[in-house]
Amino acid sequence: MRILYAAILLLAVLVLNFSMMHLAPGDVADTISQSMGGADQELLDQIRADYGLDQPFLVQLGRYIGNVLQFDLGFSFFYNKPVTELILQRLPATLLLVFVAQILALFIGVILGVISARKPNGIASHFVTILALFGYSAPVFWTGILLLIGFSLKIQIFPVAGMRDVTIEGGFWIHFMDIARHMVLPVITLGSIFLALYSRLSRATMMEVLGSDYVRTAKAKGLSEREVVYKHALKNSLSPVITLAGLQFSAVISGAVLVEAVFSWPGLGTLAFQSIIARDTPTILGILFFSALVVIVGNLLTDLALRLVDPRVRSKG
Amino acid sequence: MSAPPLQPQEELPTARHPFAEAWEMFRRNHAAMVALVVLTLIVLTAIFGPYIYKTDPFDMVWAPFSPPGVDGFLLGTDYLGRDLLAALIHGARVSILIGLAAALMSVFIGVTVGALAGFYRGWVEEVLMRVTEFFQVLPTLLFSMVIVALFGASLPMITFAIGIVSWTAVARITRSEFLRIRELEYVTASRASGAKNGTLMFKIILPNALPPIIVQAALMVGSAILFEAGLSFLGLTDPNVVSWGQVIGSNRQYILDASYTVTIPGIAIFITVLAISLVGDGLNDALNPKLRQR
Amino acid sequence: MTAPLLKVENLRIELTTRDGVAPVIDDLSFELGAGESISFVGESGCGKSMTALGIMGLLPDKIGRIASGSIAFEGEELSTASEKRLREIRGNDISMIFQEPMTSLNPVYTVGEQIAEVLRAHQGLSKSAAWASAVELLDAVRIPNAQRRVSDYPFQMSGGQRQRVMIAIALACEPKILIADEPTTALDVTVQAQIFDLLNDLKRQTGTAIIMITHDMGAVAEMAQRMIVMYAGRNAEQGPVDQIIDRPRHPYTKGLISCVPHIMATLTDERHELTEVAGIVPSLREFGKNQCLFASRCAMVTQECLDNRPPEIEFEAGQKSACWHAGTV
Repeated sequence: MRILYAAILLLAVLVLNFSMMHLAPGDVADTISQSMGGADQELLDQIRADYGLDQPFLVQLGRYIGNVLQFDLGFSFFYNKPVTELILQRLPATLLLVFVAQILALFIGVILGVISARKPNGIASHFVTILALFGYSAPVFWTGILLLIGFSLKIQIFPVAGMRDVTIEGGFWIHFMDIARHMVLPVITLGSIFLALYSRLSRATMMEVLGSDYVRTAKAKGLSEREVVYKHALKNSLSPVITLAGLQFSAVISGAVLVEAVFSWPGLGTLAFQSIIARDTPTILGILFFSALVVIVGNLLTDLALRLVDPRVRSKG
Repeated sequence: MSAPPLQPQEELPTARHPFAEAWEMFRRNHAAMVALVVLTLIVLTAIFGPYIYKTDPFDMVWAPFSPPGVDGFLLGTDYLGRDLLAALIHGARVSILIGLAAALMSVFIGVTVGALAGFYRGWVEEVLMRVTEFFQVLPTLLFSMVIVALFGASLPMITFAIGIVSWTAVARITRSEFLRIRELEYVTASRASGAKNGTLMFKIILPNALPPIIVQAALMVGSAILFEAGLSFLGLTDPNVVSWGQVIGSNRQYILDASYTVTIPGIAIFITVLAISLVGDGLNDALNPKLRQR
Repeated sequence: MTAPLLKVENLRIELTTRDGVAPVIDDLSFELGAGESISFVGESGCGKSMTALGIMGLLPDKIGRIASGSIAFEGEELSTASEKRLREIRGNDISMIFQEPMTSLNPVYTVGEQIAEVLRAHQGLSKSAAWASAVELLDAVRIPNAQRRVSDYPFQMSGGQRQRVMIAIALACEPKILIADEPTTALDVTVQAQIFDLLNDLKRQTGTAIIMITHDMGAVAEMAQRMIVMYAGRNAEQGPVDQIIDRPRHPYTKGLISCVPHIMATLTDERHELTEVAGIVPSLREFGKNQCLFASRCAMVTQECLDNRPPEIEFEAGQKSACWHAGTV
């Protein structure tokens, strides 16, 4: 049921994609003729006929969707490669960045939330308040550049750009550590915004939960403080935070586009940036489609996580 | 022998105009008051600054990378020798104008969608909420990038691109407020006395749903400014107009030589958005009747 | 003579509020013998629940504290006991059930787990042994099909069933004292009667002493031998239930009794109008004043009531009343 709905959403993304391409000034024929250094009207018409651009809108749309179902998102004249291939090359880097940042932000956010909920006037709580203001107000690309100036240029701890050092040789662990080192700053930059969101919500729900009747019951049972907080309270405070995290997937990807641009991270964001400058429409739309796919998958994962922590969701099926 | 008269439990506050009461609450929030002053200064700069500080932000006025305070340029010059202070003052206009216009647009769409969904329920709600979910699935920044890339980077198009992707939160808030308020007695009473749907929606329910929408709208201005900064950082901006994000974007290759060309415009964005969000917090305290009773 | 099971002496509990510190329990003393049951009666806000939380050592952090007096459980002072020691007692020797069965169980764990964990914590039972006991306990609180329902989550149960689960949790370690804080207020009338029956039966089987907190005189008559009427944090009247209902010595008690038609009148009697105790409970600011706090609602009020706090006057069979006019009520 959920998956069917996800498929319909994706179909809608395709329709939107195609309509935008159709509405936008200039078409594939123009692009091709530009890359050939100009063409006369006859040749343009020839190209349009070849690509089926003279067909009615719905026919073209149908064919576009048909192609996508066969994993064909068109051809990038700029990169001279099929768009699908281009995107699949870049997708893993973005997925890595997005999921690591999300998971770390969630994990640390919840921990901060718990600590600051237990001591509403403690250091952690003030940190959460300040982080929340900063995370909301500071442009992510600016934070990234500041970190870059601080920890790659002034103090040279982390690499300036990219995802791996091509000169490095060695086994899996060496490469793993190399990527990890490259990831630190991008992940901190991207994760801090969401860490701010999650820790603030986590603190609020945790405070509410700590005042709830069932926590009082747990105390009345004579359970230890640790069991009361980490067994009874924590699991109940997770659902709202996970729900919020699920809603943030599209924002995380948006943030990733900017972070990738700052750190030259070889993912979809950088690709999008480059193809926009190159006016490579098929690639841009392909990226939009794939990123929507990532959001939808992220949402499905969120649902699964919610089912794990909350039996009420589970029983609704 | 008679019972002593009942003492009133608490002095009842005298009824005042709700705006006066909200203002009273707002004033008690010191951070929000400071933020309001800062914000007013920024807006005044955006409006009048360009008439007072007349240096054209595109003119190459001095040697490149002249640090702040040296050679008479308060904030220094960028990689092309352009005056950074001029860029900030002129950039404020674009940031705030786009921020306001995009927020207005998303509030308009969001309130319309949310109100219709919350008021009519049934298939109308079903369809509108699906559309809302659809927009939540598209990564906002990428979608705006695509719109701007395909249809041109004019200021109205940028505003549209930001507004069209940012309304979902407003729609959700409006809908849930409508769902709550439509069940209240006074709405039922108005309905029973024959009020038309339009009257019910906009004259009776909407005014009562406004407080959270206003707070959200204030926050929307902040996020729209951030959004615009992101787009112009990526170069997706009107090349004939200077904006804060664009200054950062165009100078970022030179951070090793002149980090101030990036830090200073960033601080401008940061302070503006921070001020807006603090004012938003203050509005939240002032307009939220549940908090007020604490 | 051995020490009574629970002996509370001159207990004073203070709450810090915005308006300052208020004594929500003011000079309360009572005793509870093994297997006995006692009821606390009064309107909401009179400090009944605070007494319970005070005994459990669960007063709200930083806001509430035991200012003076003593709570002795089997001769052991609880008001100064360590948190660790209190944890050993809670849920094991003294346990408690609450007013809100709908929210008192943790929604994300099965009821079996919630019963079993208290057995694991206090009796060191293994996972499987605790689970088996949980099934038996569910059966004991008369939840049909316990074997299967033990894996249910709270949201799959009705309010009455949830309160039965709460009772099972509370009785799991066979405590010496069970504190029941308005256990039936949130339930339907028919379910209320079932819960009272259950509590009475279990009490007979296990010999647990029960402290029953309620605002319902009907519940008192059904559940307890002795009762304490509380008003504004103070003991208004205490003594044997039958004797007090028969002959209340405090105008407040009298008012409470007249609220309940079925204690006074049989069906054939002429129906009296339901009277309420007129007026409202004083605000926390009034607590602790040196006067009779009921004076503002009392029909028998005299200058003396407003000038001085009434002393406790003793009558036969341990009935005591804190009223200047106790003799003439």
